[in-house]
Amino acid sequence: MSQTIPTARAMRPVRGRVVAGVASGLARNMGLPVWVVRVALVLLAFAGGIGIVLYAAFWAVLPLDPQGSDEETTAARTSDTARLLALAAVVVGIGLLLAALGVNVLGGAVIPVLVAVFGAALIWRQTDDEQRDTWSAAAGRAAKRTAGTTAEAGRWRIVIGIALVALALVALVASRTSLAEAAQGMAVALLLLGGVALVIFPWMYRAWREASEQRRALIRSEERAEIAAHVHDSVLQTLTLIQRYSSEPAEVARLARTEERNLRSWLYAPTGDPDRTFAAALERDAATVESDYDASFDVVTVGDAALDAQLGAVVAAAREAMVNAAKHGGGHVSVYAEINDSQADVFIRDRGNGFVLDEVPDDRHGVRESLIGRMERNGGTATVRSAPGTGTEVRLAMPRASQEGS
Amino acid sequence: MTEKLRLVLVDDHAMVRAGVRAELGDGFDIVGEAADVSDAVAVITRTSPDVVLLDVHLPGGDARAVLDACLPVVPDTKFLALSVSDAPEDVVATVRGGARGYVTKAISGPELREAVHRIADGDAVFSPRLAGFVLDAFSGAPAEQDDELDRLTPRELEVMRLIARGYTYKEVASELVLSIKTVETHVSAVLRKLQLSDRRELARWAAGRGVV
Repeated sequence: MSQTIPTARAMRPVRGRVVAGVASGLARNMGLPVWVVRVALVLLAFAGGIGIVLYAAFWAVLPLDPQGSDEETTAARTSDTARLLALAAVVVGIGLLLAALGVNVLGGAVIPVLVAVFGAALIWRQTDDEQRDTWSAAAGRAAKRTAGTTAEAGRWRIVIGIALVALALVALVASRTSLAEAAQGMAVALLLLGGVALVIFPWMYRAWREASEQRRALIRSEERAEIAAHVHDSVLQTLTLIQRYSSEPAEVARLARTEERNLRSWLYAPTGDPDRTFAAALERDAATVESDYDASFDVVTVGDAALDAQLGAVVAAAREAMVNAAKHGGGHVSVYAEINDSQADVFIRDRGNGFVLDEVPDDRHGVRESLIGRMERNGGTATVRSAPGTGTEVRLAMPRASQEGS
Repeated sequence: MTEKLRLVLVDDHAMVRAGVRAELGDGFDIVGEAADVSDAVAVITRTSPDVVLLDVHLPGGDARAVLDACLPVVPDTKFLALSVSDAPEDVVATVRGGARGYVTKAISGPELREAVHRIADGDAVFSPRLAGFVLDAFSGAPAEQDDELDRLTPRELEVMRLIARGYTYKEVASELVLSIKTVETHVSAVLRKLQLSDRRELARWAAGRGVV
């Protein structure tokens, strides 16, 4: 029974791995059971260390399977380094043990070779990661924020990698000849390398410039496409609707207001996820109330916190107050919310005709039950200040229990 | 009123300038209009108006560029920023650049006229949103040096909270049992702190637009 392989290229899977997933990746690619590959690699490891070199080389070259979830991929990538260090320690330990027993595996060159391979692997891995970061940076803006630290870490990895390779080469040469000869040889090698670098550098630089320019152009065109899509989806749709409703000014005003709010929250970065944070939930509710009634809302929030049951009750009560303000006050409604560690306050103010609370009949469910009742059940208070002619202001106050006593 | 206030309108959209002109009505003498930074600087320095209504985003720069170029030449001209932007870095950068107030373009005609007069008298004009930014920036513990510029007095906090709640200066005054003049004094003091304080949030917002 053979499994069809989706891609011709071998990948390192995120799941079912012992060290870095090289063996399972190879096994999947070749259609062999994993243990066969593992045993073969271990046997080869004792044949002059070839298995280890092979493993490291494949680990450096094979990309991570992108089919894993984001968390898994990140976890796999971070644990890669830890695992490689552990593996290197084990290998070095075995090498030292063998050397102590008088078994000379590679003629004394085992450790320099391993160090060189490790250094090279570091550099290879780095370029691999950078490539992936480029893709994700094009996909989401979030990646940009972490790019700074990644680049910093990346530079160090490259520097350490180069240092390790150089050190290993010196050690390798020195183990064969005298130190003076090694130094001479190194000088010649460096000169040669310098010459080659001089020849290659302009070409490399141009290629790099071109690549980064292309990348920038790609990001620009993607951003433009995103804006075009957004403008098309919302603004053009709304303009079409406005033409259709041109004889109904109230409907046109409502559409324009909703669209303005949408565009604003899109342009000026939303404050957060409305299902999770207090300020965003309040803003979302104001937006829905605004589009349901003929009123415009000005929402100002100071501070923010994650939504919990109590804050959820505050938001629900605030929504009720906003509906009331939109229905009975109309026009312009100011919403101000201030939240800190000890207390959350929300003020909803309209400039309608106002009313006298005591004269509101008990069956008016809105104010009595949804507002005052809801706040008091959750340990908060709701006060309504209203006088005919000056509008109504509802104040919701909620002490934050979880922070008390700290 | 002894004499009409002389105004300059700066906005890159002719429609907006026409709208603002209509909202302002006949009570003002609009001596010039401009649509970009260099025109704005030329018109303002030539006419030295009483008040400039200044859009935040302009072709060839932003409000800050206009303020930097004009304020040394015409120190008596007052600037009121008028914008659709809700971003703190736009609002705060413009006020720190020397504007004496910030209102959104959604402001009603009477409110706009009142704001222009207030600015011309040397007072500050805070919209609820700007008051919210101030409260946000000055909340929490002040910086270590504990400069007087880095905190608001309890009275100033009260005034800012009421403005953020949508109260007019008059309503703030009656709520706190103060005279309007006293409220104006408090708001001007807050404006000064907003312009001069080094609080981290303010510095960060200002840096968001590449200015300090």
